[in-house]
Amino acid sequence: MALPYSEQDLALFRDNPLGSHTTLDDIRENFDFLDDWESRYSYVIDLGKQAPRIPEAHRTDDHLVHGCQSQVWFIYHLDAGKGTLQVLVDSDAVIVRGLAAVVMTAFNNQPLAHIARFDMEALFAELDLVRHLSPTRGNGLRAMVKRIQATAAALLPA
Amino acid sequence: MSTQRIFDVASVRQDFPILHQSVHGKPLVYFDNAATAQKPMAVLAAMQAYYESINSNVHRGAHTLSDTATAAFENVRQQVARFLGAREAAEIIWVRGTTEAINLVAQSYGRSQLKPGDEILVSQLEHHSNIVPWQMVAAQTGASVIPIPVNAQGEIDQTAYAGLLSPRTRILAVNHVSNALGTINPVKAMIAQAKAVGAITVIDGAQATPHVTVDVQDLDCDFYAFSGHKVYGPTGIGALYGRRAILEAIPPWQGGGEMIERVSFEGTTFNHIPHKFEAGTPAIAEVIGLGAALDYLQAFNTTDLHRHEQALLRRAVELSEGIEGFQAIGTAANKVSVCSFVVEGTHPSDLGTLLDHQGFAVRTGHHCTQPLMARFGVPGTVRASFSFYNTLEEVDRFFVALDKCIRMCR
Repeated sequence: MALPYSEQDLALFRDNPLGSHTTLDDIRENFDFLDDWESRYSYVIDLGKQAPRIPEAHRTDDHLVHGCQSQVWFIYHLDAGKGTLQVLVDSDAVIVRGLAAVVMTAFNNQPLAHIARFDMEALFAELDLVRHLSPTRGNGLRAMVKRIQATAAALLPA
Repeated sequence: MSTQRIFDVASVRQDFPILHQSVHGKPLVYFDNAATAQKPMAVLAAMQAYYESINSNVHRGAHTLSDTATAAFENVRQQVARFLGAREAAEIIWVRGTTEAINLVAQSYGRSQLKPGDEILVSQLEHHSNIVPWQMVAAQTGASVIPIPVNAQGEIDQTAYAGLLSPRTRILAVNHVSNALGTINPVKAMIAQAKAVGAITVIDGAQATPHVTVDVQDLDCDFYAFSGHKVYGPTGIGALYGRRAILEAIPPWQGGGEMIERVSFEGTTFNHIPHKFEAGTPAIAEVIGLGAALDYLQAFNTTDLHRHEQALLRRAVELSEGIEGFQAIGTAANKVSVCSFVVEGTHPSDLGTLLDHQGFAVRTGHHCTQPLMARFGVPGTVRASFSFYNTLEEVDRFFVALDKCIRMCR
């Protein structure tokens, strides 16, 4: 079962720069500018480092997607007043954490309906990262995106 | 052999068309040989020739093509019998691969012979395919599966093994060579000890057959299985060696055509071995391809191939000492050319992704050996597995690339 959030936990959601300070347009611009694989991956890895880590207490099995290669955790906070969602996605692998940062940037502080309908494949294709969302990759990211979108859809007012 | 081919890595590489390509704009370096080996032209050509000139069903037709196909198909069975040192071709059963072979033994021998209280010993080094079939038959029969522990070097703990053997031990199932670590297990001695308590022995030879010479009579095992695709042959074909007396005594596993002598609704009698275990149309083209792969290997003095692979492994061990935080998983004194490792402060999957971008194909993850990964307390490893067509220069470049990956991750 999910634990209730402490004040410190809520601060993690609030202070996450991804989706507030860092926007998808920032990421797109940087990708345009970086033209070799090495600097692109270094940038993705750095993006992942911008995100707060999910505290150990919340890395429970019900927040986990088991990839064959790496593990991905996900917690969220609903701003009921605004109808927006803030998500934290974390992984034991730095590249997956970086890709999760792209996901967080796309979803954070966005209306539930927008998240539920968002085309993550198209975004990853645009950034030439789509192979990491493939079902055969085994990094758990694809399943995680689906799970976040299902969560957003379930939270939508009927 | 009259016309033995001299081993030369540059000339050998010309036989493998797949090696000559780029991945992410970098020359491909294929270090995932323990997952599957590449196929020489001779294998591809043999399969193509089979379909172009003699394709027909075996053992059935009263026509020329079928006779030709059957002869070619049965010749490969003879060839595999020689490859494994079996007494006769009837002791060789075609299967899809090692996994199917182990399931066959578990469901035919195991299910008919095991009783509650019986014990199946498997090592902690095993691939899931040499654990799960035994767990399944244990659940069906009331037997239990007992793990033999592994030491810090990744070797089966022989003292613990001796302690686990008892009159309750009915089956010993171990790999000859570990897929995740490359450890060569002392199976001959283990087989003798198992026999002394009356157990039968099942050896998973999937990783051994590409790297060591196998002689089932010398090992004195009851079953020995391997996969064609790991010995440079096609996927979908493998072989199970079984001792004649046991094969004759145990029931068939799958029913169908080919495996019967007479069928009636009053009762069916089964074919002789090996056909009793081969229901349905077999993978004929793949058998022909496997034959070509064995011909290819046996054109060399195979010791030369193994010596080159050991040189690659030594170079890797040497260069790994220059990598900060490098931890080899599996440091057995006796091992094949597999370099399995983790690097402090990095995750295997990150290293795998970044190596791929530099053209290196390696396997990362748990290698279908979760109990073994748990033993070493790692989520998985990076595994670079070398074949005789790899070069020292590729190993050198690998460690330069690895160093770059590590710097990117930290």
